[in-house]
Amino acid sequence: MSVLIFTELDNGALKKSSLEAVYYGSEVAKMKGTIATVLAIGNSTDDELAKAGNFGASKVLHANDPRLALGNIQAYADVLSMAVSQEGATTIILAMSSLGNAVAARVAAKLKASIVSNVTELPDFSNGFKVTRSIYTGKAFAKVEMKGEKQILAVKKNAISVVESSNSATVETFTPTLKDSDFVVKVTGTHKESGTILLPEADLVVSAGRGLKGPENWGIVEDLANAIGAATACSKPVSDLDWRPHSEHVGQTGIKVSPNLYIAAGISGAIQHLAGVNSSKVIVVINKDPEAPFFKAADYGIVGDVFDILPRLTKAVKAL
Amino acid sequence: MKILVCVTSVPDTTAKISFTDGDTKFNKAGVTFITGPYDDYALSRAVELKEQTGGTVTVLNVGEADSEQVIRKCLAIGADDAIRVNCEPKDSYFTAVQIATIASEEKYDLILMGRESIDYNSGVVHGLVGEILGIPSLSPVMKLNIEGTTAKMTREIEGGKEEIEASLPLVLGCQEPIAEWKIPNMRGIMTARTKPLRVVEPVGEDMTFTEKYMLPAPKGACKMIPAENAEELIALLRSEAKVL
Repeated sequence: MSVLIFTELDNGALKKSSLEAVYYGSEVAKMKGTIATVLAIGNSTDDELAKAGNFGASKVLHANDPRLALGNIQAYADVLSMAVSQEGATTIILAMSSLGNAVAARVAAKLKASIVSNVTELPDFSNGFKVTRSIYTGKAFAKVEMKGEKQILAVKKNAISVVESSNSATVETFTPTLKDSDFVVKVTGTHKESGTILLPEADLVVSAGRGLKGPENWGIVEDLANAIGAATACSKPVSDLDWRPHSEHVGQTGIKVSPNLYIAAGISGAIQHLAGVNSSKVIVVINKDPEAPFFKAADYGIVGDVFDILPRLTKAVKAL
Repeated sequence: MKILVCVTSVPDTTAKISFTDGDTKFNKAGVTFITGPYDDYALSRAVELKEQTGGTVTVLNVGEADSEQVIRKCLAIGADDAIRVNCEPKDSYFTAVQIATIASEEKYDLILMGRESIDYNSGVVHGLVGEILGIPSLSPVMKLNIEGTTAKMTREIEGGKEEIEASLPLVLGCQEPIAEWKIPNMRGIMTARTKPLRVVEPVGEDMTFTEKYMLPAPKGACKMIPAENAEELIALLRSEAKVL
């Protein structure tokens, strides 16, 4: 009956997207008249994990077997399904991510659960268990009934406005029984860019397109991003030209983002690009072409030269 | 090596999305259907691996008769034969059960598909198939090389990538730059017409029901700020939009 939230740790800290999922899961638990329990896998401290209480969880199960350090999908799926059966959970909540979705999929098959990704709102319990999800990369939405006895919801960023409290959660050690077959996939190396804000997690994004004319001009994009604490992103042509890494490409065939603020500089706004960003709360478009289709999807627009406008915006932020 | 490539037939990325029948059905009128862009990467890598090491590539689509155009294109690109499970791919679980049922009849070394379909973007079918078959699943895989019975892969993770090794068989969700997209040539198109395409009926039931489709609320007017007052934007983002 209870709600279990699968979370991810980054250097021992609960990821921001995971905390949003904790809050979402706690709200679902309230609607169902039950409690929200969090599962955290990997190295962390009780103090850090107790923070899940600020986001509405009552209890945190902490699984910290050294073999779980590298995000092994099969092992994580086994740990999650063991936690589900220990807690008698019927609803599982997680934030959309490459690890989360992979784990959730395997758990759905283990539990014969209904699974829905890209959930954008709290469920509707008025007649069964129904969720709203985005489809066609944000070009539309669907209202979906979960027919299974167990439900798994992968929640999109910004699906819910988080309200923190001062409550704290109790932290319990969780010791799953792991099998050798959980570890047949060997992670032989991990490369992570350090010090940058992760694009899928970012609240603010500054993105640029071919209007920047070349990779050597990205300094003005990074300056504005640094000034406001944003992640940087780019359009598909820019990543296809190798001006910027593929991990920065947002759009229908790249990363889908839904930040609070998306600033697009020198991007015309092809339908495939809009699909990846149209669930952003506020969109700002800067383009020298007043006919750029992106202005139709924007909240604020400036018709002007990005080489003039971007540095002036950075200066204005620094002057605050 | 025997490779199964699962492909989706999806609206072209430029398609305008609309619904009919009281917003309960996707409106196919005027929409061009294409192979899922991520599935195209999976198929291209499968054909490259076949060219390097020999073996067969089978294309699998869970879809109605109108997806045969997409299947024929996959055959033209270099797949040897195709299977279509004759039904609407109702949800991730249902689709995964169809794939796993086909895969358990034949022993495939690799089951490749796109990281996600571009209609529902769930990105969970590979994981479901892996679990049902009891074999590892990985996604999104951006590099794949086979050495004997070992696959060496690069997987994208948030903010970076991971190097992975695993023994076959595997289920993989693929994305660029795993391969260069292949375009069918004339000879491929001619031979595709006679390659075998087997149609089978679905098994099992769906786990979700889509009650209604909705389009996003229309965006309000864009507030234009004259370029000479560009700095005003920062103030508006703070005081009006409250996002800074």
